[in-house]
Amino acid sequence: MTLATWYALVGALLAALGLHGAVVRRHLLRKVLALNLAASGVFLLLVAPGARGPTTDPVPQAMVITGIVVAVSASALAIWLARRLHAETGRAALPDAEDDRA
Amino acid sequence: MGELEALDLLLGLALVALAWRLLAAPDLFEGIVLFVTFGLLLSFAWVRLGAPDVALAEAAIGAGLTGALLLDARGAMPGASVEGPARLRWPVAVLAAATGGVLVAAVLTLPAAPAGLEGAVAARLEESGVAHPVTAVLLNFRGYDTLLELGVLWLAWLAVAAAGPRPDPRPELRPDLRAEAPTGPVLAALVSQLVPLLILVGAYLLWAGAHAPGGAFQAGAILAGGGVLLRLSGVPLPEAARAAPVVGLGFALFLGVGLAQAAAGRRFLELLPAQAHDLLVLVEVAATVSIAAVLAALFAGRRSVS
Repeated sequence: MTLATWYALVGALLAALGLHGAVVRRHLLRKVLALNLAASGVFLLLVAPGARGPTTDPVPQAMVITGIVVAVSASALAIWLARRLHAETGRAALPDAEDDRA
Repeated sequence: MGELEALDLLLGLALVALAWRLLAAPDLFEGIVLFVTFGLLLSFAWVRLGAPDVALAEAAIGAGLTGALLLDARGAMPGASVEGPARLRWPVAVLAAATGGVLVAAVLTLPAAPAGLEGAVAARLEESGVAHPVTAVLLNFRGYDTLLELGVLWLAWLAVAAAGPRPDPRPELRPDLRAEAPTGPVLAALVSQLVPLLILVGAYLLWAGAHAPGGAFQAGAILAGGGVLLRLSGVPLPEAARAAPVVGLGFALFLGVGLAQAAAGRRFLELLPAQAHDLLVLVEVAATVSIAAVLAALFAGRRSVS
């Protein structure tokens, strides 16, 4: 196995773990954590296959730098919405989260 | 790239184990601290993959700022523990495993010959105005992405600002309840040593971006880290750092540069090789200022505006 394949596989695992966590965990900050993990996995999946040549492809690198900044913007907004919800209701999870365990 | 070594196996396994542990941790604080650890190890993985630019962005933004935002939010949401230990839910687990399986299969069936774009970038690098391929892609070849990214940052700031001022439940962070300099000698000395250093590192990364790993995003994130440090140690940020024109500067200037090209008969954002360097330096400086202002403001929010 090559370096690139190994890190791409790690990325695939992280994406799956993050996806699971984002659905299963109820605390909104934990959902943000899980989505960030999934995003990191996707970033690895984008860059690692470009690292199979002698140099690493700069185009996916630039896309991932863009992605990291967009991810922190979205996370900041999500965290502020969670804080607002907590300030208004005293809860840190969405109200119907307990009832959708079918 | 380099060969697969034992270090890479350990690093990859550590990343997966940390991810598992931070999702399963019963204590949210532990989860966030593990997330910051995860980010730092991930930036090491980026270095191993030959992507130092991504490593810098990951360490400063992914691990640093996101971690600070989460820790701050956890402190502001006291007594809101909604869950015990993690439970496995089978339908979700099957869905996530299937997604992971498809991704693994995609990785294992990639065509052997890399059909990347590094050749195309290298062939036109001279015309881009900068000597570092990643910066050339970010600001010139894929300028659209970066323009829209600055727009996303600005929108996030707008949305957080629109959420309006709220009193923070912690009295020590309430500007109306707080003494002016609550810091104590150790913190004060640390801040006075670290903040100038962060400004210097930010300026270096901005300057280096034209020919080496670095650039506006990493520089802006480092400067924002300085802003967060000041905020946490009770030093109020100057009002100008949060002003709307500063926050929108990068987006507005990049858009203006793009539109000026269109007005001169070229395509939107199509830079002439002779002018590209000067225009890109201008855009990078403006983008650094805006990124630093937005990221610091996303942390401080409207909390300190009285």
